[in-house]
Amino acid sequence: MNSTALLSAAKDGLLTGSVYALMATGLTLIFGVMDIINLAQGILVILAAYLSYALQIHWHIDLFVGLLITIPTMFVVGIVIERLFIGRLKGPEKTAMSILVTYAVSLLIEGALNMTFSVNDVQLQGWYVNRSFAIGSVHFGYIYMAGFVLAAVLLSSLYFMLYRTQFGVSVRASLADQTSAALVGIDVKRVSTICFGIGVAVTAAGGMIYGATNSFNASTSYDLISRLLTIIVLGGMGSLGGAMLAGVGMVFIGDMVGVIWSPVWSSMSYFIALTVVLLIRPQGLFGKQSARVA
Amino acid sequence: MLQKKNLWWLLGVAVLAAFPLIVTNPSDTSIGVITLLFMACASSWNMFSGYSGYIALGSSVFYGTGAYTMALISIHTHMAPGAAMFWLVPVGGLMAMVIALPFGWIALRVRRHTFVVITIAVFFIFQLAAINFSFTGGTSGLALPFIQWGFSYYNVPFYYVALGLVIFITIVSAAVRRSRFGLQLLAIRDDEDRALGLGVKVIAVKITGFTLSAFTIGMAGAVYAMFVGQIYPQFVFDPVFDISVALMAFFGGLGTLTGPLLGALVLEASQQYLTVSFSNGSLYLILFGSLFLVVIMFMPRGIVVYVKDRLNKSAMARAAVATDQLAATGAGSSS
Repeated sequence: MNSTALLSAAKDGLLTGSVYALMATGLTLIFGVMDIINLAQGILVILAAYLSYALQIHWHIDLFVGLLITIPTMFVVGIVIERLFIGRLKGPEKTAMSILVTYAVSLLIEGALNMTFSVNDVQLQGWYVNRSFAIGSVHFGYIYMAGFVLAAVLLSSLYFMLYRTQFGVSVRASLADQTSAALVGIDVKRVSTICFGIGVAVTAAGGMIYGATNSFNASTSYDLISRLLTIIVLGGMGSLGGAMLAGVGMVFIGDMVGVIWSPVWSSMSYFIALTVVLLIRPQGLFGKQSARVA
Repeated sequence: MLQKKNLWWLLGVAVLAAFPLIVTNPSDTSIGVITLLFMACASSWNMFSGYSGYIALGSSVFYGTGAYTMALISIHTHMAPGAAMFWLVPVGGLMAMVIALPFGWIALRVRRHTFVVITIAVFFIFQLAAINFSFTGGTSGLALPFIQWGFSYYNVPFYYVALGLVIFITIVSAAVRRSRFGLQLLAIRDDEDRALGLGVKVIAVKITGFTLSAFTIGMAGAVYAMFVGQIYPQFVFDPVFDISVALMAFFGGLGTLTGPLLGALVLEASQQYLTVSFSNGSLYLILFGSLFLVVIMFMPRGIVVYVKDRLNKSAMARAAVATDQLAATGAGSSS
């Protein structure tokens, strides 16, 4: 172990973490606005990665150009899922039911992906995937840098949309209190549908970067969704800033543990960090204090 | 009424008990063993999550703990392979409870949506631990003492032990449901703040329920380990197990006694048959997913409740017609 290894682990944590932050932000946006836990987020990331893969294999479309197609496609996929299933859930059991519904949806997609693409691992290719440049002794992979930039651009546009547009006001109002938002004339249902679409659309970019930096198949989604869920719980469910910070923080901790102790423990350190944080702050880092006394 | 109900239960047990006597094909009876284990797990899961409304998605922590307890003890004590190993089944259950206590203590401090996610996280801690620690044998798993029962007879003892587990958990679950403790769990499901206000020690009740439900799942895991003879971390700490158990209970009817049993019976048996006959896991995923969507969207409270409601409605309709007729004839005779 030396300072270069540490430095490069810190860099990896930051770069990879930003992509996780992007995917987790989609998830926490959906939860915050709709009280829906979207267990399908993991498989949707993989679906998006496979979309990029299909575009690349069949039409030789570059990964980044392909985003122009995959982002709108994933947005529509999100809208369709919301309209067909999620929007119909009502009542106090809504959140619990949403877990089951989205899990069923993810099984459907997993089955379809396995049939279409087989269960063999694939990885997205491009001239930039395995290249890097060096600053001092730390190497920066092009794809990781691109992922970071992409995540930063998308997250800032999301922030711009939320804080500088009329629609953003409606979203934030729905995040704060759905009933009051509806009372002042916000069409909460429409806001929900669009938020679900946006939450799913970010998986297009996340999935592309994930697919270019990891080999994947449909069952990779289990690992992904568990990490994403851990991130949003750690950040505080429904908190966008929390999800971003936790996303970067988690991967950072994981990579540091990997260098300092052993890579074997790096993924476990995530979950242990989560447990420790929850013991001290049950609502997560930036979560709203719950009404419950107990 | 009560008599009739008990008769149905006895009939159910009799049919299940007779199954391996009638169907002797080992591949069918082995489906029977797995299905019964799932019935026990779904019912046990329901005893906490169904009654309290706290959906736990980390049941395979208990299942895996039971399985590894069985494997490690039987290997390290050089146990003679055979029926004596069944004595380790309750030990597996107790170990699962030992794990459930701190698990519940951490996870039950938060709101129920967060609870779901924490159970998933704790599950992954255990799966990774089973893969990474050396005493678990890592990814190559552990081989239990090899039981040399004849091929045609091998499944039968496991079948009856699994059936015993199902009967045990059904009785326990029914007793809990009728007890003061069960009512407290239901009160927590309906309105936790109010239950707290009325003096229910919600934290203690939740942790007790969670720990109790671990016992039978741990025992089922122990039986499973002994049954298959070789365990791997990714199969006993399996995310699909976590969700299957919950789905079975939802499918049949959350919080009811028969629901999880029926849900597990239908889903697990059909899954096993489908995998055997199609040998295509993907098609199965699609079928399973669609079936679920249909049930959740149209019968959100499960099949048992749906059918009951339907029966009640038609009974009420019939009663209404009968009273109408009675009124009509009564009016006719008096005129």
